[in-house]
Amino acid sequence: MTDAVLSVRDLVVEIPTRHAVLKPVDGVSFDIAPGEILGVVGESGAGKSMTGNAVIGLLDRPAHISGGEILLKGQRIDNLPYARMRKLRGAEIGMVFQDPLTSLNPLLTIGDQLSETMIEHLGISQAEARKRAIAALDEVGIPGAADRIDSYPHEFSGGMRQRVVIALALCAEPSLVIADEPTTALDVSVQAQIIALLRRLCRERDTSVMLITHDMGVIAETADRVAVVYAGRLAELGPVAEVLGRPRHPYTEGLMGSTPAASAGRARLHQIPGSMPRLGHLPAGCPFHPRCPKAQDDCRTDPAPTLAACNGRAACWHPVNSPESEAAE
Amino acid sequence: MTAIVTVKNLTRRFDVSKPWLNRVIERLPKRKLVAVSDVSFDIEEGTTYALVGESGSGKSTIGKMLVGLLDPSEGAVEIEGVNLDTETDRARIDKVRSDIQMIFQDPYASLNPRWKVRDIIAEPVAARGGKTQGLAERLLEQVGLSADDAGKFPHEFSGGQRQRICIARALASEPKFIVCDEPTSALDVSVQAQVLNLMSDLKDDYGLTYLFISHDLTVVSHMADTVGVLYLGRLVEEAAPGDLNARPAHPYTQMLLDAAPQLDGFGREVDPPKGEIPDPINPPPGCAYNPRCPFVVDRCREERPQLRPFGAGRVACHRAEEVVARMDKAS
Repeated sequence: MTDAVLSVRDLVVEIPTRHAVLKPVDGVSFDIAPGEILGVVGESGAGKSMTGNAVIGLLDRPAHISGGEILLKGQRIDNLPYARMRKLRGAEIGMVFQDPLTSLNPLLTIGDQLSETMIEHLGISQAEARKRAIAALDEVGIPGAADRIDSYPHEFSGGMRQRVVIALALCAEPSLVIADEPTTALDVSVQAQIIALLRRLCRERDTSVMLITHDMGVIAETADRVAVVYAGRLAELGPVAEVLGRPRHPYTEGLMGSTPAASAGRARLHQIPGSMPRLGHLPAGCPFHPRCPKAQDDCRTDPAPTLAACNGRAACWHPVNSPESEAAE
Repeated sequence: MTAIVTVKNLTRRFDVSKPWLNRVIERLPKRKLVAVSDVSFDIEEGTTYALVGESGSGKSTIGKMLVGLLDPSEGAVEIEGVNLDTETDRARIDKVRSDIQMIFQDPYASLNPRWKVRDIIAEPVAARGGKTQGLAERLLEQVGLSADDAGKFPHEFSGGQRQRICIARALASEPKFIVCDEPTSALDVSVQAQVLNLMSDLKDDYGLTYLFISHDLTVVSHMADTVGVLYLGRLVEEAAPGDLNARPAHPYTQMLLDAAPQLDGFGREVDPPKGEIPDPINPPPGCAYNPRCPFVVDRCREERPQLRPFGAGRVACHRAEEVVARMDKAS
């Protein structure tokens, strides 16, 4: 696909340690179309944040990209020098992180932070930047934007701070926003506000979003397509209603079953036995097989299934809910 | 059925004033934060009572007052008919104390990193001079870990395993009543499912009573027999989880249920709730929810609604009848 805003091809991230080379991201490929929201869902340690950080070039050393490519609007960005990448960040790719307090500078007013970004990336004057900053705050729903522009981050509540961060991410009109757990630190009612805001703004500007979260509910309501990550690999990728509604990978099915639903009443939750393998202790074959109820001998011996090898939807040798498996029953 | 825990008109105020000298020089008044305001409920023996609310709603403060980590400013907590605040009989206090245990939210912060798991689990018994031989090993197997784990240190375990250790420790003194303060909110969904199932099994095996504190209404529906919804330190609604989900009678509960993301809500457009939780130091007069409530009338701004029986549960809203009627019509 050439019209994709972001293309990630066989991305591998490595962390060399004294004992072994760990691969927190191992052969991940996906595209994000203009205006599309791709949800990336997985449990802690699955490599979802690592993927996001690789895309914006913010991997902490010694982690580094050791294979594959990342293309933004057809241009490779994974091998750019630091200075070029720095220009790109903010201008072409906006970022929203989990904790709004740590992503804002406590010593600068929010107006200064917004203006700085716009002056740097859009090359506009100080006065113009201030005017646009007020408009941006107004747009993310901060009441009395003109009065609050000279406030410091600590003077805002958690939800309001996250709105400021979203304004900051979108003020230079990037084509892609990477939102890493944007609502995890927030209460449900505020979460609903922030999700609605992010969706509205991205629709209005045709901005693509890579939404990284562990919350299946947020993904279901927000994303167009979803990528399920397990042990650094994509387990399943597809339109959100299909992947969550009729999951084909046993891991996705297990995740959906373990997520409590209000309507289910006091039923026992389905549980996936065991826990995610530690990096460096990955089992041979499919990384999910020790926990998989459907595992067969070939899952333990054959090389790990990839999306490309398994019809592009679920990386599994024996998918559930697939047309073939249902025909077999 | 008898109530094992009775909470009556419980109120807790925290003094958040500036230091004395600043108050004198800057002529500031004392400032009081009312974290819990006039909350009453009963927990029947062998059931799970859940407290749900957003941050700042006072749910953890209530939990701490129940186990005696905080003293109430007003009102009383009675456990097995004993008020630990006023009781003077040492033996009765000891008896009740050993029947109460607590499981905390963060399994990383609630285990001493320098102690072996064996010592951590046996501590509640050892502290009372009880017999601890083989106790930790037996409990570890009960919570799904292996007996060999008793010789390890907490850092050798994952978050879910640590929470199992916390549960084993809570079970050591054979309590009747356990306060669980967000026991799974630091865990991943698949691990959360394991821990919640374990807690349900143990409850049935030992006939335990839980106070389950959570911010997540969906988790609560799986665990609780009765749910109490808190807003700004006040109990606004109390009902069985099925009734609460089907026919929420308080506008705040409706908002919470509506705002919670749904697993099958593909592309659902939610009308996001308005406003934020008000400042608990200066709560709005009347009903605490009135600035955000779509059903607000003048009475709500003047008179604080009392918790009253409604259907099979209780609700604190002047207009609960209309709220439910409006919802029935809409659906």
